[in-house]
Amino acid sequence: MENKTHFDWKLAVRYGLLAGAVSLSVSVIGMVELFAQRDLIAGVLTLGQVILFLAPVGLSYIIAGKQPPGKKGYALLAGLITSLVASLPLVILVILATSFNLREFLPNVSPALINTLTFGQGVIPGIFILMIVMGILGILSAGMYLLPERFRKPIMMGLLWTLIIGMFSEILTERLRSFFGVGISKVVFSGKALRPTTALVIFIIVTLISAAWYRRGEAVKERIADSPTMQSKQFRWGVFAVVGVIFLLLPFLLGTYLSEVANNVLIFAIMGFGLNIVVGFAGLLDLGYVAFFAIGAYMMALLTSDADQGIAGMSFWLAIPICVAVAILAGITLGIPVLRMRGDYLAIVTLAFGEIIRILVLSDLLKPYIGGAQGILKIPKPTIIGLDLVKPDQFYYVVLLGCIFAAFISWRLSGARLGRQWMAMREDEDVAEAMGINLVSTKLLAFAIGAGFSGLAGAIFASKLTSIFPHSFSLMISINVLCMIIVGGIGSLPGVIIGSLALVGLPELLREFKEFRLLMYGILLIVMMLARPEGLWPSAVRKRELLAYQETGPTADPTAVESET
Amino acid sequence: MSILTASSVTKRFGGLVAVNSYDFEIDQGQIVSIIGPNGAGKTTFFNCLTGFYQADEGKMLFNGVLLNGRSPDKITQLGIARTYQNIRLFPAMTAIENILVGEHSRLKTFWAEAVVQTKRYKVEEEKAEEEANRLLQYVGLAGLGDQISRNLPYGAQRRLELARALASKPSLLLLDEPTAGMNPQESTEMMRFIQDLRDDLGITILLIEHDMRVVMGISEYISVLDFGTKIAEGTAAEIQSNPRVIEAYLGRGAASGLENQAAAVPAQ
Repeated sequence: MENKTHFDWKLAVRYGLLAGAVSLSVSVIGMVELFAQRDLIAGVLTLGQVILFLAPVGLSYIIAGKQPPGKKGYALLAGLITSLVASLPLVILVILATSFNLREFLPNVSPALINTLTFGQGVIPGIFILMIVMGILGILSAGMYLLPERFRKPIMMGLLWTLIIGMFSEILTERLRSFFGVGISKVVFSGKALRPTTALVIFIIVTLISAAWYRRGEAVKERIADSPTMQSKQFRWGVFAVVGVIFLLLPFLLGTYLSEVANNVLIFAIMGFGLNIVVGFAGLLDLGYVAFFAIGAYMMALLTSDADQGIAGMSFWLAIPICVAVAILAGITLGIPVLRMRGDYLAIVTLAFGEIIRILVLSDLLKPYIGGAQGILKIPKPTIIGLDLVKPDQFYYVVLLGCIFAAFISWRLSGARLGRQWMAMREDEDVAEAMGINLVSTKLLAFAIGAGFSGLAGAIFASKLTSIFPHSFSLMISINVLCMIIVGGIGSLPGVIIGSLALVGLPELLREFKEFRLLMYGILLIVMMLARPEGLWPSAVRKRELLAYQETGPTADPTAVESET
Repeated sequence: MSILTASSVTKRFGGLVAVNSYDFEIDQGQIVSIIGPNGAGKTTFFNCLTGFYQADEGKMLFNGVLLNGRSPDKITQLGIARTYQNIRLFPAMTAIENILVGEHSRLKTFWAEAVVQTKRYKVEEEKAEEEANRLLQYVGLAGLGDQISRNLPYGAQRRLELARALASKPSLLLLDEPTAGMNPQESTEMMRFIQDLRDDLGITILLIEHDMRVVMGISEYISVLDFGTKIAEGTAAEIQSNPRVIEAYLGRGAASGLENQAAAVPAQ
């Protein structure tokens, strides 16, 4: 006990260096500078600063939690040291950048970055300001940890929401303007950022609401859950109806640009539902999933296009079942040769299949028929009762319909005999077969239905863009969809939508992120696997499974769980 | 009347003859054990019966139907179910789901019926779930249906595996070391349970077992394998006094007296 009361300098310095390394990296690769262009709170905070300070603040908070309880001074000191040490690499960067020409080998260390790091106050004063700001943030962050939970949680929620609203202020401004006129939006936002006063108001409101929820929320939740109306069928239908109406009215709320984003999210969600069946339910790792997307899209183009390659001049609605049918056939065609493959081998073969389709589409061989690199143009948009669904907020309903179709089939099958077949096959193929399950038909059904959904998404995608090109069907799409269902929660249907929002919707909204998309995927996946391996919205079974796993531990002693007869 | 007849079944893995020209027969309603030292080929024989391996030679007839060349799912549909030596449940699925998968071969609806929820589908699913709950109760796991099977205690997992095997309504049940890892009291209970299965449900039972107390206690007939070859068969009393069996289990020394022990050690 004696030696534990000593202050652990080493740990604080180590955390500080770690935080400093993160901050330095995001600066050097150009993230800070790029994001500094996006103001969150006008004149006060940019997204670049948030990214710069994220690691020092976070690690100060964590290290405060590692101090012996009852030693409040230690916690604050640890936070201070961590953040000060974290500022050192940045200080060195500033000094080096002003004395030497670092841009020769670090092109992102620009005067603008130095300006951001020194708060525009010149080198020497800037360095001190940076250290002081870091130090204060570290102490505040460590201080946060010391607050009782009933204060800490609401304040954190307040900060989080203020940051989120600030991050999306560009879109929110535009929306506010179209609903309430320029006046209101000028009051709340200044340019593309929150006004400091509005930021403060949002922070206070969210904090108060969250504090009230923290005090009473659990009780309210219980009371609602216990009340008989909550469990009744009518109530569930009510929830269903409300969600349905929200989805139907969404384009009016979102406007043209956001509807376009929503369309992309939903098209990827359709693919997500399909891949969720193949990977999530049946456990067949398919990395060539984009192939069926391409097949669906090219079928739509061939059947409906007015260009030279168009062969049938069909309407969208007539073509779509054919596209899905062809994708299903392709799914079965891929399925048959890989029936006996498992795990890694399956992944490699499907990966190759995806590439084969892409290269075929690009090839000179098929150029006369499907246009090669020039693609196919003049694909008409769908019409319904004489109405052309041209604008994104009209086309939205077509995508929504497809998405509901895919979600509905997934949902019904997941609880049915076929769903159980898939899950059993995923868990143990040999035993599943010994239970009387025909592996051939079960696997082919998974491939076929998954491919059908992907083909549906592709067909809608082609019609949405009105033209398709081979480069739209790269391996990245497969990886994107796979990441989506992992982040959302593998095997979970709401998780598909959540994953699609996070990995397709967010990057569209924060356009600066596009440049760092892959980096973000990597970070996100690592963080997810460490913090929430079950995904953002896990399926019920998987959640229970992982929780139980954590409770008993991976190396639980089998003798410890003796039979209770 | 014999329900299963295997004649000169042989299974080779490269140069190793795991099962060597094995003749075996089991009558309707019997409880029969196959015993033998580790590596004698008992589980391999099970795997040949259930279609997991294809026998290289010999014929296996189940109720007059040839089993050779059939895939495991087809054999299960004929009415053979099995459990595994090292429990092989579907670990991430709940207890009820495990049993429902076991019922698979008896369910008839087409998958698309689940999407449109036809009456036939709903009735069948309801019945299947009822049956699964009944089985759960039958093996003494009532109320544990929603548990993830991996999290069940060891004994419960064994019983759940049995329930899953019973769910296909088999006429022949193959049990691979059903009492492995159990204490004497638990294995006594398991013995009683196996006897009840035969007496109440009329299921023919073939088991592999190492616990001699269990083997001698419930088997009406015993077949002994050693290095893939049948060395003896008969009732419990006959097997217990058979010198070749004692030799296989304890070594030649024990069988032919202490004076030969020194000579026997290098032979084993």
